Amino acid sequence: MTRYLLTRLGQALVIVLLVTLITFVILHLLPGGAARAILGKEATLQQIAAFNHEMGYDRPLWEQYALYLRRLAGGDLGYSFQLNQSVSEAIWQRLPKTMLLSLGSTLLAVVVAVPLGVVQAVRRNRWPDYTINGLSLLAYATPIFFMGLMMIILFSQVWPVLPPEAPQGFTLAEVLADPAGLVLPTLTLSILTVAVYSRYVRSSMVDNLNENYVRTARSKGLSEGRVIVGHTLRNGLFPVITLLGMYLPALFSGALVVERLFNYPGMGLLFWQAALKRDYPILLGVTLLISVATVIGALVADVLYAAVDPRVRLKAGRS
Amino acid sequence: MSAPQEEAPVRGMWRQGLEVFCENRLALVGVGLFVLLAAFSFLGPLFYQTDQVHTDLTKVYLAPGDGHPLGTDGVGYDQLGRMMLGGQTSIVVGLAAGLLATVVGTVWGAIAGFAGSWIDAIMMRVVDAMMSIPALFLFMLMASIVTPTVPMLIVIIGAFAWLGPARLVRGEALSLRTREYVMAMRGMGGTGGRAVRRHIIPNAIGTVIVNATFQVADAILYVAYLSFLGLGVPPPAANWGGMLSDGLSDTFSGHWWLLYPPGIAIILIVLAFNFIGDGLRDVFEVRLRRR
Repeated sequence: MTRYLLTRLGQALVIVLLVTLITFVILHLLPGGAARAILGKEATLQQIAAFNHEMGYDRPLWEQYALYLRRLAGGDLGYSFQLNQSVSEAIWQRLPKTMLLSLGSTLLAVVVAVPLGVVQAVRRNRWPDYTINGLSLLAYATPIFFMGLMMIILFSQVWPVLPPEAPQGFTLAEVLADPAGLVLPTLTLSILTVAVYSRYVRSSMVDNLNENYVRTARSKGLSEGRVIVGHTLRNGLFPVITLLGMYLPALFSGALVVERLFNYPGMGLLFWQAALKRDYPILLGVTLLISVATVIGALVADVLYAAVDPRVRLKAGRS
Repeated sequence: MSAPQEEAPVRGMWRQGLEVFCENRLALVGVGLFVLLAAFSFLGPLFYQTDQVHTDLTKVYLAPGDGHPLGTDGVGYDQLGRMMLGGQTSIVVGLAAGLLATVVGTVWGAIAGFAGSWIDAIMMRVVDAMMSIPALFLFMLMASIVTPTVPMLIVIIGAFAWLGPARLVRGEALSLRTREYVMAMRGMGGTGGRAVRRHIIPNAIGTVIVNATFQVADAILYVAYLSFLGLGVPPPAANWGGMLSDGLSDTFSGHWWLLYPPGIAIILIVLAFNFIGDGLRDVFEVRLRRR
């Protein structure tokens, strides 16, 4: 287990380093160079020269990258002159709200998707399977903002029970104080997740239902319910843990769209506003942070998976 | 399954595949949908000509009716004609980005999987790193640096979407390179490049083709998301995603005809490619079973 942990941790570190390399390259691809992109069009040549000197942009590239890494390690993601705020501060104010939205919708999605997938697997190739399959394919094919708008039309116009906009509080507590406003964004974000997860649970359950141990359980006279819940479900759900990790990038992309649609004051909205204003320090900072969050999430999922399923860690340890 | 053994070799590979494909009714629906939508977008303008370049502020937000079967939008473009124009962009970008991603990913994955050892490790860590940057964030970052035009959109989406196929093909290549026929060829002095070209890629092609159809569907959705986030192709060009996101703000003024047609069109084309992909998957799996 230790060996697996170390290998996986090493991989994650390499990936994080590569991500910083990518953002570093993008920083240098910015129109007019990093200094002009960050300081704005009106910056004078002296200001640019001073900025380049201060940030070390006049030194050799490898030295710049080392400096960049050292700043990142110290938690310095840069400074947004447009917000007049350090990037890490701006992100820090919004990160908890995005986490609330992402975690809430994932939790909801798992709670809904697991029973759906199990029903599909047990009744496979019959009408419950076809119906759920059709619906999840439809959900997958619908752009998430179109889906969200349908929800707004349904639940705040046709049948006005929920507000069409997310809570506008500045802190997490203020957002939580308005739970009604959280319903539609969370629901919208979870629909796509349900579609992806239920498919996955279904195929994993189908694989397990064909295993010998299920036949043994049945032949010793266990009821079908106990075979499914007691034996197959546990094994069938293991791969879903990995999916939780793999799905993170899509989840964050979805959160970006949902936050924009419902005007939810999270990191996605910050990123979107920054993209329109070409506020590059924010853009790069958010991208980096969200990628690191993805790597950590995938790492945690893999470690959890290895902890519950010895086959994984043993196989990985050998290769 | 119970087909007579002697009959099998007579039927060609393509013929057999086509039969399996046709057994999947949804796959046929998918092909039908795609043909319809493509014909609507590309042949439609031949029969229904509209001016999609000049704005006409005297004909703003006309409801569907005489002369404008689907009404007009906020600057006086005929909505039906615009749907045709938008469909062209959506389909072309989807197909081109899907193709680009598939080709790049296949080559990358085949090389990594075949080379193995440290080359594989480095190449796959690059894939892991790029995959951990959520797609939309990377797209927006790139779209804020370069002006989004149609070719640019294809490159931006293709530059990210190749990661999925790369992983897939690498997995296939890993298992294929230890097969006897590849080893035999290597033993006779064949080069690694030949192994990739003649054995790995042709044998992984089934997986690749199936994946490519899903890539096209995803690319069409990505264009829609980018448009919604304000980084789509600027007018007078149009695409279904952009029209849909413009339509969002119009719904609350009751201009439903600007919202539902592009929304439904996107859902239909994405569904079509998913159905086709599922059908193709049957083709490659069933053929293995019948052998």
